Amino acid sequence: MNKLLLQALALPPVTEPAPAPDPAALAELAANVDAAARRRLGRSLSIREVDAGSCNGCELEIHALNNAFYDLERFGLRFVASPRHADVLLVTGPLTANMREALVRTYHATPDPKWVVAAGDCAVDGGLFAGSYACVGGISAAVPVDLHIRGCPPSPTQLLKGLLSLLSA
Amino acid sequence: MSALGDILSAGRRITTHRPWPRAVLDRDGWESASFLAADGRCTLLGLWGEWDTVHMALASQDPLEIAVVSLPCTDGSFPSVGQHHPPAIRPERAIRDLFGLVPQGADDARRWLDHGRWGKRQPLGAAVHPDTGAGDAYAFLPVEGESLHQIPVGPVHAGIIEPGHFRFTANGETVVRLEERLGYVHKGTESLMAGADVARAAKLAGRISGDTTAAYGVAFAQAVEAALDVTAPPRAQWLRALMIELERIANHLGDFGAICNDASFSIMLAHCGILRERVLRAADIAFGHRLMMDRAVPGGVARDVTSEGVAAMRALVAEIRARFPTLVQLYDRTTSLQDRTVATGRLNPALARQFGAGGFVGRAAGRDFDARSLAGPLPYRELDFAIATRTEGDVNARIWVRIDEVTQSLDLIDQILERLPDGPVQVTLPGASEAREGMAIVEGFRGDILVWLRLGADGKVARCHLRDPSWFQWPLLEAVIEGNIVADFPLCNKSFNCSYSGHDL
Repeated sequence: MNKLLLQALALPPVTEPAPAPDPAALAELAANVDAAARRRLGRSLSIREVDAGSCNGCELEIHALNNAFYDLERFGLRFVASPRHADVLLVTGPLTANMREALVRTYHATPDPKWVVAAGDCAVDGGLFAGSYACVGGISAAVPVDLHIRGCPPSPTQLLKGLLSLLSA
Repeated sequence: MSALGDILSAGRRITTHRPWPRAVLDRDGWESASFLAADGRCTLLGLWGEWDTVHMALASQDPLEIAVVSLPCTDGSFPSVGQHHPPAIRPERAIRDLFGLVPQGADDARRWLDHGRWGKRQPLGAAVHPDTGAGDAYAFLPVEGESLHQIPVGPVHAGIIEPGHFRFTANGETVVRLEERLGYVHKGTESLMAGADVARAAKLAGRISGDTTAAYGVAFAQAVEAALDVTAPPRAQWLRALMIELERIANHLGDFGAICNDASFSIMLAHCGILRERVLRAADIAFGHRLMMDRAVPGGVARDVTSEGVAAMRALVAEIRARFPTLVQLYDRTTSLQDRTVATGRLNPALARQFGAGGFVGRAAGRDFDARSLAGPLPYRELDFAIATRTEGDVNARIWVRIDEVTQSLDLIDQILERLPDGPVQVTLPGASEAREGMAIVEGFRGDILVWLRLGADGKVARCHLRDPSWFQWPLLEAVIEGNIVADFPLCNKSFNCSYSGHDL
């Protein structure tokens, strides 16, 4: 292990420069997000991820945000294990009927002020699963959404652009 | 003739079913087939329904024979397979929820995928019943005894993972029972498939489980091609195998890091995270999508690999070969880590065999089944590889099978790049003037994926069932955690890494 650690010291980091925030995301946030909430949440955000019926593709790419290339924590953004510690809910999936109550309860367990980010095409309107008896169709059907990040799944860079716009909105 | 062959020949053969035979049986025949699974002469590969019929896929060993048997449920019921063969219990509960067909003799009448939230019951059944959608209470198995306590976990978990509920009963630190409740991510995919054209159904198949999208894409495409009696061009078959192996490496790397991280050994996650990212980036260059979604399509693959893509693959293989052995050595030599993985979550080989556990779960407990060794359109029979197996059945064994599979997959990618045939990558699918049925079994990273479908005369999907390997792995997770401490559950769970979405559909 020492060898690995020494090598890591000698090699340049693989972490890449931050992408610019997504202009579309900035526009959506400007319309949705309250300035007072923004002041109170400051420049560091704790994110609680909730899978509301995704195929797991979005989760894989959200996971990737933690790897050394994207290194989400350098921006003051980090994933937390409980909604009670969270400022942001990052929600994926077409919102299955079976997950609706769990999502609503998670939302209410998150202290105010809070933001909800819906990630992935399914989370916008149900995507490919729209119209199914088992899907409510879009996260905003159950909780208010402040920002949508599209993609199937959104790449880590797309996710990063969206999340960074939360900090600069 | 084999016992399975005898049962088939007593039934009515469906001639439009490919590539394996399907026969419609009477109730006696169905029960005989159930006993073949129950007494271990056959492995249950899948059990699924239609509005008026149940189907069961079986595989016998020596010689390997695969077949589907079907039973028309004239009175809305069928003799339960699960009463003789426990792996069938959850599929039967799902059949009852979705189609309203009652497994007669089944012990467990609790709903499984249906949580009472859909606003209707038996959504795919002959008669759909409206419902308030207010939600059902779920009766967990009763536990009695002094000093037992329960820990409910989920459906929203602490990590960035899929939702499901785990009900632990513990005596002090020791888990005496784990009961799973799944179905939270049920999206009604099979109902969306019914009536969809092949292109849309292929997209849905690619989203059964995002981590296995390439293998699902291939399995669905192969089932369509089997039904229509066409074969994708050789180059497409080789590229499909390339995608499946890339996906296998990406997932094994991610899980290897994550399992170690669950033992607080985070340096492994950091290094594996880098390698996994390299795989996804190479896949993006070669196939135009990091997870290779929608790249395998019925008829072939969506786009050919350029020389730039081939170069990216070669560079990737070289980098993983250079870095992975150091990580494996680190795993092997860190005793504090081994202390957590060795002898933890041990799967009894007899149970693995009974459940027909696919993938590294089964192969770490003595099973040697790997769908890559089946005869089929994928080029594996022309490639040189060994099936990695262990017998201990613990977390450590599952890690080692995955490590060996990474090495094997790198060799496979080398061979594929070396011998990749030239030619077109797609054929036009022919029309059909009658209903056709096709089936495919493809080895994804998690194990064997089964896709069964019927295309109507209009070319649309009439019925499609996709069976994730997780169906027969989830129940085993309940078994392996027994007697382990609560803190070892994340290690056991991650070493299985069952799919929620693939199971819940």
